[in-house]
Amino acid sequence: MLSAGWQLAAATLRGAAPLVYGTLGGWCAERAGVVNLALEGLLLSGAFAAAVVAHTTHSAWLGALAGGLGGLALAAVYGLLVLRWRANQIVAGMGLNLLAAGLTPVLCKMLYDDTGRTPSLTLAERWQVAPLYGCWLLVAVAWFVARYTRWGLWHGFAGEQPAALDAAGVGVNRVRWVAVLTGGVVAGWGGAALSLGASSCFSRDLAAGRGYMALAALIFGRWRPVPAALACLLFGFCEAAQDRLQGVRFGSGEPVPVQFIQILPYVVTILVLAGWAGAARPPRALGTVFSREGNH
Amino acid sequence: MMRWILFAVGRFAVGVSLAALAAATAGAAEFRVGLVLDRGGKDDKSFNSSAFLGATEAKTKLGIALKVVEAPDDNAFEPMIRGMAEKRFDLIIGIGFAQQEVIQKVALQFPDRHFAIVDARVAEPNVRSLVFAEHEGAFVVGAIAAWSSPGGKVGFVGGMDVPLIHRFALAYEAGAKHANPRAVVTTSFVGLTSAAWNNPPRAHELAVSQYDSGVEVIFAAAGASGLGVFDAAEEKKKLVIGVDANQDGLKPGRVLTSMLKRVDQAVYASIAEAQAGRFAGGVREFGLANQGVDYSTDQYNAQVLPAALRQRADALKAEILAGRVQVPDYYQRKP
Repeated sequence: MLSAGWQLAAATLRGAAPLVYGTLGGWCAERAGVVNLALEGLLLSGAFAAAVVAHTTHSAWLGALAGGLGGLALAAVYGLLVLRWRANQIVAGMGLNLLAAGLTPVLCKMLYDDTGRTPSLTLAERWQVAPLYGCWLLVAVAWFVARYTRWGLWHGFAGEQPAALDAAGVGVNRVRWVAVLTGGVVAGWGGAALSLGASSCFSRDLAAGRGYMALAALIFGRWRPVPAALACLLFGFCEAAQDRLQGVRFGSGEPVPVQFIQILPYVVTILVLAGWAGAARPPRALGTVFSREGNH
Repeated sequence: MMRWILFAVGRFAVGVSLAALAAATAGAAEFRVGLVLDRGGKDDKSFNSSAFLGATEAKTKLGIALKVVEAPDDNAFEPMIRGMAEKRFDLIIGIGFAQQEVIQKVALQFPDRHFAIVDARVAEPNVRSLVFAEHEGAFVVGAIAAWSSPGGKVGFVGGMDVPLIHRFALAYEAGAKHANPRAVVTTSFVGLTSAAWNNPPRAHELAVSQYDSGVEVIFAAAGASGLGVFDAAEEKKKLVIGVDANQDGLKPGRVLTSMLKRVDQAVYASIAEAQAGRFAGGVREFGLANQGVDYSTDQYNAQVLPAALRQRADALKAEILAGRVQVPDYYQRKP
């Protein structure tokens, strides 16, 4: 039996992994200046695609691949809405969350005559360990690309000074398209980590607000990948600690009511966003449409 | 705030469209039954699946017209139930305590319609309340859990933190301690809202945490969330006890037994009586005495629940029925 500390650490990593993918997916889009409220929807579509493909092909890895593609598909719709047709990014993002929350149970019904769940996966069809370290590899890649590559420079300029990027002869919307699609793939993997790792099927509302927590982590991390991922770790820790504090007696008294234990992650989120995050500065051009005639 | 309003509106719209999809193809002369399921949904393989099974059996055997709807959230119950009452359904069955207030309200406004509700008491003449003595069954599976745990460490994962689940938990702990006075029981709840009935990843984490701390058997009374506990039992090669429906076949060899709550029988019997024109309001109780509550034995758990244990469990059942063993009831507890 592992010691309690290692168990807590493992549970923290398990809880944090889907959030890390989510926050990285959000970072990809937002650093390039595109608001990404659709994270919840991206997680759901990735989770759904992963569960369906893992069940059909009996392969966890094909499932994980499909999770990325599921996120990509929804991100492509998002790109069309906000980059091609210049829809309001907040409204479009929320709309896609609703679309994913509604469409996935309908597809379950069509595919499996089930009102919101895909068939259970066996242990061999699940993707349990790889996503736990995979997300940290991605954090390292994101950090490296943003800091040391030309592409990282373009990415940052698309969010800070799109006009300057345009003047340098790089297509702003092209950079943003790549950022949104990459973010979709990464967030889709977060969904796969949920349906193939934390659970053994897709079920309705599987993301359960994790997309929004990932967004909070992104803001807490001031739109930088490493601090944002560490914020996810904090949220994961709160969840893991909460599981272990339930029913624990302090001294000889009654156990702490479960209500108090379960508000812990939310209290931490609020404290973090209101207090320590301070005046987090988003990318300057976040949420604006780029066109040669000037920013709107 | 706006985002949540949008979210709620959108989900309601989805629910209504799903309801429309499921709309009955009822003829005018048929006996029409509306079944309103709880958040876990018809495929939770537990509470709602059991209700659905009873209703579909009535559909095949009795030839009724059945319309099944699922609530995407708690605010959807009222429009669904009211809609069925307005469309003159012959019997409307609400599954789960969450529909208590709505059934009460709609039953008052439609005194000539017939209703039934599972897991709650509604004191209207046109409502039949189907209630179960969950504590009796939970006590028996608590004892089975303690007998199957050499270390005397057993766990409980409940869905939503509500009196009904505390009723399970209290009796389960008492049963474990009856079987082994030194048994230690760890109790966790998935959440505080009805979303807790359908959150397998949370239940999975709670179960992993319990198994890691040395717990050998977990009783999952958490609706669809319980599936996460089954996954954890499979990963950790430990035992799990199912709830409501017979869940022994979900992970054969890992499921010690299931605490059966025959919602299917209660639903079927209510439909049959109402169709025969013998609908009666009032409370109908199901317990160990009338096999409304029991523990499961089948080919899937024959290995993990050997004959010797089954005999002890049956002896315990007899003692409870004879009144020699007192089962604590959370609903009757003294403050």
